[in-house]
Formats: sequence, structure tokens, C-alpha cells
Amino acid sequence: MNAEVSHEIVLNVNGEVKRFSAPARRLLSDALRGDLGLTGTHVGCEHGVCGCCTVLIDNQPVRSCLTFAIAAQDRKIRTVEGLADADGELHPVQAAFKECHALQCGFCTPGFLMTATALLEQRPNPDEEEITEALAGNLCRCTGYQNIRSAIGHAIELMQSDI
Amino acid sequence: MIPAAFDYKRAGSSEEAVALIAEYGDEAKFLAGGHSLLPMMKLRLAVPTVLVDIGRVGDLSYIDDRDDHIAIGALATHRSLETSELLITECPILAHVASKVGDPQVRHRGTIGGSLAHSDPASDLPAAVLALGGSLMAQGPNGEREVQVSDFFTGYFESALSDDEMLTEIRMPKAPGDSWNYQKFNRRAQDWAIVGVAAVQVQGTTQVSLVNMGSTPLRAAAVEAALAGGASAVEAAEQAAEGTDAPTDLNASPEYRAHLARVLTRRALEAAGIS
Repeated sequence: MNAEVSHEIVLNVNGEVKRFSAPARRLLSDALRGDLGLTGTHVGCEHGVCGCCTVLIDNQPVRSCLTFAIAAQDRKIRTVEGLADADGELHPVQAAFKECHALQCGFCTPGFLMTATALLEQRPNPDEEEITEALAGNLCRCTGYQNIRSAIGHAIELMQSDI
Repeated sequence: MIPAAFDYKRAGSSEEAVALIAEYGDEAKFLAGGHSLLPMMKLRLAVPTVLVDIGRVGDLSYIDDRDDHIAIGALATHRSLETSELLITECPILAHVASKVGDPQVRHRGTIGGSLAHSDPASDLPAAVLALGGSLMAQGPNGEREVQVSDFFTGYFESALSDDEMLTEIRMPKAPGDSWNYQKFNRRAQDWAIVGVAAVQVQGTTQVSLVNMGSTPLRAAAVEAALAGGASAVEAAEQAAEGTDAPTDLNASPEYRAHLARVLTRRALEAAGIS
């Protein structure tokens, strides 16, 4: 078999242009973690069930473990590293997760944070059903989800009080 | 889990995509949303040597009103179907069924063309499209051809598309109003249906299809014939497993699936107001 071709891949991640060489089969999740050192995006089940690897592509939550990095070029990718301000102040969704104890082991948290951030950007006042539906693609084995739902309610308050 | 190595080609148009597939032969695959293909590649159940990325063929993500039917570009995502005002008004069953596919992350990437071309008998959209009828447009090296939906699903993960053809457009009849229902039975939220039933009235005729009751999505022909002959929903639903060949797996035996098909068909017909 011929040697595998390496491609020059250019990704826009959290507003920064990142370049690296990788084969076409490099998954976006592995590119973020391995090639770009952005290990905030977690990889759980690796086959599109758990939602840990959720990132935003053009502001929509998607699974980075089911996306090839090379196919995500020219898109705007956002990861958990892009949520907090440059000075370290937490995004309201992060602050709400912290205050409401919406995590225990924290493994699933980056995925939940990205999913919740996209939800509140698209629907600043989601109802209970919309919150449930939005979170349907993220699994958490610690919290039982109730504190995560509470945190999203609290994040809505924080975001509205910011204005 | 890492897929086997492949060569990557990006197509800018459907013509270019078809030309690339023709060049690389039957070891090549189209990559759209990738949400059926990537899991299979990770498990090495699919080992294409070339992927032709059609994800940027931007002119194939439309949902258009064409007077007597609705035309949907093959790259329209499940999310764009479920939120389409046109579909919600003119073909609500299709918008609803799209909203029942997987979870939000899947629906943001998955495409209707990908789902139909994958031809998984356990998927939601193939059965919905089969219940509605209509036709599909396939582009090949010698141009476009129209395939009736009733001729499209030919076997287990097999469709009427040949290796060098690309599904480009889905043409669905309008089916406005409330006379439709989709029943999806599963044990875990967001999972594939153990059995599903789509029922919809198209121009006065009740059409019913079954998910996961055979090697392809199936029309419940005996149910439709019974209804056409004046049977009640309860009576017609008793025929739901006629002519099916339900699979057995961890979730259910064929007998249990046959029972589910009868119960879910009755529920779907009653909820659609067909009695």
C-alpha cells in the first residue's frame, strides 16, 4: 500500500486560524486534541452516542468524533476553550454550571457547555421541553441531569442580568 | 476508533461529484453528513479507498415549492427539514419525522439524501418517504433519471442507485392538514425504532409504511387495501404484519415486532383521524 497522503488542513477555531498537516482520516476531535492541543473537547464513546465531543460548527452543536477535520475547513469551529473571556471570566453558562453543581466528574461537561451555549444563543428563553430536546444528545452518568437543567435556567438569568 | 486510510476529493458540484465517482469506481463513496458512513468506517464495516466530499455542493440544500410537489435537495439536513415552514405547512409528516431522527447533533449534520441512499430499514426518513410516495432524482455519468420511491429500496442497505449515481433531489407530494401520524417505538430515547409506523393521507388515499419490519422499509399493503375496502382502523391494523419479514435482534423477536406493528398501526391510524 502507498504511503498515506498528508494534507495541509486549515481550521478556524475560536476565531483563530490554525494550520497543521494530517491525513484525510483525521477526525475533528483528534485534530483539536492531538494536533492543536485543545484538550478541552473530550472523546467518550467515539461513535456518536455520548455527546462529549460536541463542538459548534457554524454555531450548531455537532459531534466532532463523527466529522473529518478536512471536511470542517472554512467553517467556524468553537470549542469549550473559546467560552471564557480572554481575562478568564467564565461564560454565563460555565458560571451557572459551577454554581448549580451541574457536574461531578466533569467528563461530559465540555459537550454540555457547548450544547447549552448554542441553545441559549438561538433561543434565549427556551421552555422546559426545548431544554430537554436540546440536551438529548449529551449523556451524563453523574448528575442525573436535574442540576444541568437547573444550571441552564440559572444561565438564562445570568445572561439576562448582563444586559 | 480510527477509520482506514482513504483519499479525499472535494466536489464543488453534483456533476463534478459524479465524474469523480466514475473515475475512482466502486471503491469510492460519497461523503455528505457522514453520520451513517463514519460509524461504519470506524468499525471497518465500510472501507472506501476514496471519499468524494459532497458536503459543499451548496446548491443541493434547498426545499422548494413546485406547485404540485415539494422538491428537496439531497443535502438538506434533518434540522432544515424539521424547521422548514414550507414542509410544516404542506408536508407536515416529513418535518415531524425528521425531528425524530437521532438527536440534535445528528440532525445538524445528517442529510435526507444520505439517509435515503443508506437505505437502512430501521431509519425513520426512508419509511416516511415511502409512505408519501413521489420520486427521487439520480444523477449519473449519462445525466439525470427519475426513480419512483416505490422502486427505490431494493434490499438490506441496498437502493436502486447504481455505484456511479448520486441522489440529488427528493420530490414529495403535498400532504397538508392533520391526517398523518408517525409512531416510533424504542427503548432508549434517540435510538432507532424497534418498529415504526407512518400513516398519511395523500389526496384522499391512506398510505401506511413500516420501519424495521423487513430488509427494506415496507408499505403495509394489506392495511391499505383493508382501509380502501371500508375496514375500520382497528380491523385494518390487524393486517399490519401481513407480508412482512421482521428481523430478530437484541431488542425484539419477529413475533414481538409483528405485535408492535399491529398496535402501532392502530395507534397511528387513530391519531391521524382515520377510522
